[in-house]
Amino acid sequence: MNLTALVDDDCARGVFRVHRATMTSEEILAAERERIFSRVWLYLGHESELAEPGAYRRRTVGARPLVFVRGSDGVIRALHNTCPHRGAIVCRQDAGVAKTFQCFYHAWTFDNRGRLVGLPDEAAYAPGFDRAERSLAAVVRHESYRGFHFVCFDRNAEPLADYLAGAREILDLIADQSLDGSMRVVKGEQRYSIRANWKLLAENSVDGYHAAPVHKTYLAYLQGTGALLPGTAVVAGRATALGNGHAVIEYRAPWGRPVAYWAPTFGDSAREEIEAIRAELRERHGAERAERIAGWNRNMIIFPNLVVNDIMAVTIRTFSPVRAGEMDVTAWEIAPAEESGERLARRLHNFLEFLGPGGFATPDDVEALDSCQIGFAADGVEWSDISRGMAREPRPDDELQMRSFWREWQARMTGTRRSDWSDARPAA
Amino acid sequence: MTSEAEAARLLLQLRVADFVSREARLLDDWRLEEWLALFTTEARYVVPGTDDPQADPRRSLVLIDDDRDRLGWRVKRLLSGHAHREFPWSRTRRLVSNVLVEEHSGDRIRATAAFVVWRFRHRHADAFIGRVDYELVEQGDALRICSKRVMIDQESLAPNGAVSMIL
Repeated sequence: MNLTALVDDDCARGVFRVHRATMTSEEILAAERERIFSRVWLYLGHESELAEPGAYRRRTVGARPLVFVRGSDGVIRALHNTCPHRGAIVCRQDAGVAKTFQCFYHAWTFDNRGRLVGLPDEAAYAPGFDRAERSLAAVVRHESYRGFHFVCFDRNAEPLADYLAGAREILDLIADQSLDGSMRVVKGEQRYSIRANWKLLAENSVDGYHAAPVHKTYLAYLQGTGALLPGTAVVAGRATALGNGHAVIEYRAPWGRPVAYWAPTFGDSAREEIEAIRAELRERHGAERAERIAGWNRNMIIFPNLVVNDIMAVTIRTFSPVRAGEMDVTAWEIAPAEESGERLARRLHNFLEFLGPGGFATPDDVEALDSCQIGFAADGVEWSDISRGMAREPRPDDELQMRSFWREWQARMTGTRRSDWSDARPAA
Repeated sequence: MTSEAEAARLLLQLRVADFVSREARLLDDWRLEEWLALFTTEARYVVPGTDDPQADPRRSLVLIDDDRDRLGWRVKRLLSGHAHREFPWSRTRRLVSNVLVEEHSGDRIRATAAFVVWRFRHRHADAFIGRVDYELVEQGDALRICSKRVMIDQESLAPNGAVSMIL
């Protein structure tokens, strides 16, 4: 397989094409596992999911079973969920609070910091048996940014902050929705799968061009309930390559946002409260930044498989390949930690009107991705076109954000490094 | 000899089982406006996530939490021809069984049932399996739904991908 010829990127001719083998080939997927998923920073979870000492979440990241756990010492760790003795999974529940994890196979016991603290008949081992060497292995790299925890399986990777590059600023805008700067993942996960290549969801999650045709029924619902705000017929905004393959589209919200942009569907009783939050944001961040936090939407892809879409309520979504033509998806909702009661209920209700596998929009995205994968399998056409907006200032309904993803993908797959992910336009 | 109370209990059981079978038939036939008419104006239709069937939609993220108004929009959307995941409509078959009346007080009935919903589309056959809890109200001879809560047994919506039709 010639990995160099899969992305055809020619700004001068306005051509950007991706070979469809990238979506169907198991051989390419095996290379992705080695060159991308084993090398880059991958999202693990949010600190708010581990509120108390001993709290844990089982996660699969880069196809590796992990435990995301806060030890009794308060430290959050990422441990490989496999017994150092003979391999069995030691944490067998999705979530909970535990002082210890005991492997059921031979009853080795580990504390919530991962240390081996007991095993039957230790005297049977040679003198010098070292418990520390046989403790649960921590992932070689584990760092966080504003509560978002990431792991990397490559010891030599750059620091997370460098990897995130321009994506940090967007995470800041989201974290600053909370007046305390403290966000919380709301209880509950949406788990689903799509019969499509994982990269199609990276594209779809930041694709402004598909919104009108695919989500016509959602827009009709907004219109019908008076939730589509006036003066939003033309989506004003921009698309930005954030570095390292990350990208964002930002645009003025055409509908209400729980933080902090009132729309009639929130009810008259909520108006005063939402406007007070908006005023408080202005107070703290100044008018311009407060407007960006409260009144603008953003869809962001952090390469390769983390989406943070702050588009009404805020969803975090991560996805991983099962095989070339299938992915698993997990989605959460993140909200200011201070929200509770009626305010939280309002946000939850709002989230579900668009988002998630039972919403008025996501099912149709799933169908679009399924449909692409069926089209690829037909094998009659070799290339997909991702050139929209290549010759102008990138708009949210152009495709720069996808080109940025693919440019990083190509660099990673061919073992090269880039310093620019934008479209190279001729100097004016 | 069956006591009168036992006979009344079995009769109610039969009424409820008959009601949910008819409801299933309306959904399989995509007669969604007739289906919607089975709900009271205050009704709720809830599908919790696969991670926590007991989740409270006011405090936890679930899959669907519709009041009667949004349920009406859900039906409208599915009948519009633009809900792409369900246009053309998938073929479905609902098998509803193990119907049990759990409580009957005044005109209110709490009942539960087990279900398998098969969905056929794009040459795939996907099943949704679980339990449904109903709160029903008697309006004359008819029953109406105040609350329908559909709890999916599968650990994840895999490979279903979405709850695109009504469960």
